[in-house]
Amino acid sequence: MTAALRVEGVTKAFGGVQALSGCSLDVAEGSITGLIGPNGSGKTTLFNVITGYERVDAGQVYRGDRKITNLPPQRVFALGIGRTFQLTRIFPRLTVLENMLVASQHGASQHGASQHGPSQHGPSQHGPSQHGPSQHGADRRWRGPLARAGGPADRRRAMELLEFTGIERHAAALADTLSYGQRKLLELAYVLVADPAIVLLDEPAGGVNPSLIQHIAARIRELNAAGRTFLIVEHNMDFVMGLCDRITVLDYGTVVAAGPPAIVREDPRVLDAYLGADDDDKADDDEAGGGHD
Amino acid sequence: MSAARGARGARGAVRWPGPARSAAAGPGAALAVLVVLALFPRFVSNGLATTIAVYAVLFAAAASAWNIFSGYSGYISLGHAVFFGTGAYTVAIGARDWQLGGDQVFALLPLAAAAAAAVAVPFGLVALRVRRHTFVVITIAVFFIFQLMAFNFSFTAGSTGIIAPILNWQPATYNEPFYYLALAVAAGTAGLAWIIRGSRFGLQLRAIRDDEDRARGLGVRAMQVKLGAFVISAFVTGLVGGIWFYFIGEALPQFAFDPLFDLSVALMAFFGGLGTVWGPVLGALVIESAQQYLTVQITNDYLSEILLGALFLLVILFLPRGVIPTCGELITSWRARHRGRAPAGHAGAGQPGAGQPGAGQPATAGEVP
Repeated sequence: MTAALRVEGVTKAFGGVQALSGCSLDVAEGSITGLIGPNGSGKTTLFNVITGYERVDAGQVYRGDRKITNLPPQRVFALGIGRTFQLTRIFPRLTVLENMLVASQHGASQHGASQHGPSQHGPSQHGPSQHGPSQHGADRRWRGPLARAGGPADRRRAMELLEFTGIERHAAALADTLSYGQRKLLELAYVLVADPAIVLLDEPAGGVNPSLIQHIAARIRELNAAGRTFLIVEHNMDFVMGLCDRITVLDYGTVVAAGPPAIVREDPRVLDAYLGADDDDKADDDEAGGGHD
Repeated sequence: MSAARGARGARGAVRWPGPARSAAAGPGAALAVLVVLALFPRFVSNGLATTIAVYAVLFAAAASAWNIFSGYSGYISLGHAVFFGTGAYTVAIGARDWQLGGDQVFALLPLAAAAAAAVAVPFGLVALRVRRHTFVVITIAVFFIFQLMAFNFSFTAGSTGIIAPILNWQPATYNEPFYYLALAVAAGTAGLAWIIRGSRFGLQLRAIRDDEDRARGLGVRAMQVKLGAFVISAFVTGLVGGIWFYFIGEALPQFAFDPLFDLSVALMAFFGGLGTVWGPVLGALVIESAQQYLTVQITNDYLSEILLGALFLLVILFLPRGVIPTCGELITSWRARHRGRAPAGHAGAGQPGAGQPGAGQPATAGEVP
């Protein structure tokens, strides 16, 4: 299997704090890879480095064969890598539907598709959509900067994704009025608008009630079945173990174990570094300088 | 109500959510205001009134232009007088050096706008690298650099200033051409603000206002978008500066590059409603007219400014988001009460515990399959 995403020897320090030191990992194409580790082990920093929010001190990041080290966030996104944030970030003063229209639908899907080509059956499809993949391409109207935001096809696509995540009732509401769980769903939905081939989720189940966690897990499985690759940071072990094909364990900014859940679960280094040492799963608001600026 | 909208959306017939109703009401009301303003000089020939009207309409254009950048993007610029002064001095210097006289000077107005837009590019490339308070401070600093340059360079004639060429127009209708020119610019700017607000470009600006980093992570090329809005805004402000120079008859550094200009346009936009299409226009018409009128009537600058300060405090206290958003909300809630249900724009707020982590979830989980 080829690696959709590859991190090689990435090092990142914030002042005297070594957030990542020689961190290397592969995310296999079409996998759901879990990234776990104690608080401050560098998970969010790794996300920030991959998606262009932090610059590396050393090391490389590859998207397939393409080097994406230190590209700015908008370029990384255009190459088909979408992400959510640990502390959910939406646009509070835009309506839910407007939130869905911010992501550049065309740039990302085109790059994502061409990057992958026929080697993968999924990423250019519309995941949950029952309509064919033609609707993007069909909408070839004038797209100058002053064109009205969101043509009919864009809106249809946005509404489909809102239905997929289950918040379509709130399309016309200001995003500010959504509850915490609904915000998580909105963030997932608008990242999907641009059809990223790889989705990085930072604690999708954090602070969310059990039935919604099940809902989110089901959506991730469905998207994965359509070919999307996931890299997921999560502290909820049931969620991670139940969902992920592979798990990578970070400790002190470096990978201490990687493999299928059953193996990782038994690895003594993991038990030592993580499961045994830290049972305070939820209180995780400060990754070492985790860079929510 | 929102459920019905959602269902319609599924079939691709989604209307612009939320502000759709006010956006539809906007053009009608705007047209009415435009007609009234266009007919104004037909019924009022009092020189003082028409002079005040010229200033008010010029500031409507300036405030609307300021809002296209600062209101939509959330980057509060207190350096727009740089563009205003650049426009004024471009016309002044052009008229002097090329010995243009009379009506010919108006041919320089596009150049004034272009010069201001050209200044905005390096200005923006530097200032837009920083955010919030730092951005505000940088814009103020750049403003003072320009004012100092106007005072000290020989081609701006320093503190002597530059006098505008004489126009041989009838005194009785002298203000009219200025008024219609200003009105055309103001109408064009408001129309542009309206188009931008509904556009993809405008949506990206408002996304930047809410969370710039998140927007970048969704593919928004933030620097280009911000710079684009900054340049458009500067273009119109430079045009206004050029007209203002010709109307007032001279360019002096302290008036062409006037810190009160920056405060005024910001105040007008806040008064009417920051980031709304019509708020800054309304704010400018009210505040500039009042200020000019009070200055003349009371013949005491300070008193009129104190009164305006008091007005500003009242607005902050009772209409903190500006006249147009607050009135819009009052109308929406009045309509909602009339129908006995929650307005669409606040569907989420009607739910128990919305916005509190955890509390809203059961509802969400309940409605998903």
